[in-house]
Amino acid sequence: MPRNRKLDASRLPTFLAALAAYVAGSSRRRARTNCDRSNLMQSTNVAHPILAVRGVSKTYEGGFQALKSIDLQIARGEIFALLGPNGAGKTTLISIICGIVNLSAGEITVDGHDIGRNYRAARSKIGLVPQELTTDAFETVFDTVSFSRGLFGKNKNPAHIEKVLRDLSLWDKRDNKIMTLSGGMKRRVLIAKALSHEPELLFLDEPTAGVDVALRREMWEVVRKLRENGVTIILTTHYIEEAEMMADRIGVISGGELILVEEKAELMRKLGHKELILHLQEPLSDVPPGFSDYDLSVSADGSMLTYSYDTNAERTGIGSLMRRLAEEGIRFRDLSTKQSTLEEIFVNLVEDRP
Amino acid sequence: MNLNAVAAIYKFEMARTFRTLMQSIISPVISTSLYFVVFGAAIGSRIQEVDGVSYGAFIVPGLIMLTLLQQSLTNAAFGIYFPKFTGTIYELLSAPISPIEIVLGYVGAAATKSIALGLIILATATLFVDLRIEHPLWMILFLVLTAVTFAMFGFIIGIWADGFEKLQIVPLLIVTPLAFLGGSFYSISMLPEFWQDVSLVNPVVYLISGFRWAFYGTSDVSIGVSLAMTLVFLGATLAAVTYIFKTGWRLKS
Ligand SMILES: Nc1ncnc2c1ncn2[C@@H]1O[C@H](COP(=O)(O)OP(=O)(O)OP(=O)(O)O)[C@@H](O)[C@H]1O
Ligand SMILES: [Mg+2]
Repeated sequence: MPRNRKLDASRLPTFLAALAAYVAGSSRRRARTNCDRSNLMQSTNVAHPILAVRGVSKTYEGGFQALKSIDLQIARGEIFALLGPNGAGKTTLISIICGIVNLSAGEITVDGHDIGRNYRAARSKIGLVPQELTTDAFETVFDTVSFSRGLFGKNKNPAHIEKVLRDLSLWDKRDNKIMTLSGGMKRRVLIAKALSHEPELLFLDEPTAGVDVALRREMWEVVRKLRENGVTIILTTHYIEEAEMMADRIGVISGGELILVEEKAELMRKLGHKELILHLQEPLSDVPPGFSDYDLSVSADGSMLTYSYDTNAERTGIGSLMRRLAEEGIRFRDLSTKQSTLEEIFVNLVEDRP
Repeated sequence: MNLNAVAAIYKFEMARTFRTLMQSIISPVISTSLYFVVFGAAIGSRIQEVDGVSYGAFIVPGLIMLTLLQQSLTNAAFGIYFPKFTGTIYELLSAPISPIEIVLGYVGAAATKSIALGLIILATATLFVDLRIEHPLWMILFLVLTAVTFAMFGFIIGIWADGFEKLQIVPLLIVTPLAFLGGSFYSISMLPEFWQDVSLVNPVVYLISGFRWAFYGTSDVSIGVSLAMTLVFLGATLAAVTYIFKTGWRLKS
């Protein structure tokens, strides 16, 4: 009997390790197949986070509090989009993690390494593409990207630099001085610099600001390729459709507070409202009496009747509404449905704040 | 030790030097030649030997020091100020490098450049005067120590400066006067006693005195004191740089 108990106890860590490996492995497999991972990942606590932010606050010198006790964990291999209005604290948070701004309180680890005590190990895993277009002027593209690789302690690898430059369509410009490049190309140089040292955790602070449509698509392609190679990506953007398209999880920051962290799919499901729009055969002047149970509205010209419903609810009420309309003799030519976009969700969230 | 980073910074800074090679070499060579013409030939012909050395030869160590101080200081100051000014410093701050490695890269490059200039001026001087160097190894030691110390000093100024004026004010208002009053063109013993005492507060006196001793074996203060003072000054700049990176002073908000 005691012998058995001993055996169990000694097996437990092995079992847990195997379980963790299985979960990590399956999440990677699912990432590759682009599945919905909502069942697998918890929104706040992650098993072996590549990034863990605990209680981080920042008060700038003038006394302005830019961050208020931020807690955030990022799983290896995910794409996380940080959304928030201007001045919300996105860049401040990223800058603190990367070592550019001092934190006032809290603790941050990158792959388990504290960014203060163990800054070498932590930083060598990180790549940063800053929001501002800050580049050298007189160096060539190739030189400046090679410089970044050296700065991060990596040995020379011209083949890798070439690959990065080709992926970002910069190879033709490799011998150009940076000051002769356009703004969008400079942005790509910044991305190339961040990728030069093969980071495991990549921060993209508004990577597509000032970038044309074709290039934005190219960049998304690059981001996708990186993710396939297991790179974790944290991006900020003001193009919400970008977050909607790319991200696995979304965090919304406003006034220095992380007001929401959620799986994208879950977020859309939870906060998503759906509308059923009926195109009427005969216009209505108002919502017919006796329909007060339903969230209905009539368009200005009376030709459309819109029913808003919660996709989460037990019953959407569509069936009964249809029956009631038929009973009342209200007929329609056509019908369509519309789901709220992430943008609408986002605007509602931020505007609801005091 | 992240040697790749040190090498990257050093190479970057040296590339900056080579881009402006002509102006970085020609202007000190021309101004040194002018000093020789004015002080060495025109005035020097009326001055007796100083400490048993012809006046023209006497001023050579002082002239080299003058250039060394200015060039080390401005180069290192500019090297670190510029990334701060353009914002590219973000990369330096986010890289896995220690303060020592950053300093090695920037200060090493600035010192390399000013030592090279010092040697070029030395070569130029041989065109004008007969030179002898009694203690070549000490000469090199003082050249290197001075270049490194003032590059460190410049590095601190570059971090401290928040505008181009401040960047120029220190070399102009502090270093050049100290170098001129530090015995570049005269022996401290030629001064009235009161001013001799005042001069001993000037750190540059020790540098020039030690350097000149390496050439001619004569000096205003003993070589041991010169060396000690140089090392003290170097130690002070090291301490300041360590403090700066520890707190992120003027580098991180
Ligand atoms: N160096 C600084 N000193 C004082 N306040 C600062 C400093 N940097 C940023 N702030 C303030 O902190 C707040 C957050 O700024 P931050 O740059 O993090 O916003 P953001 O979310 O990145 O905004 P945006 O979308 O415009 O890039 C702002 O109110 C800003 O004014
Ligand atoms: Mg920002």
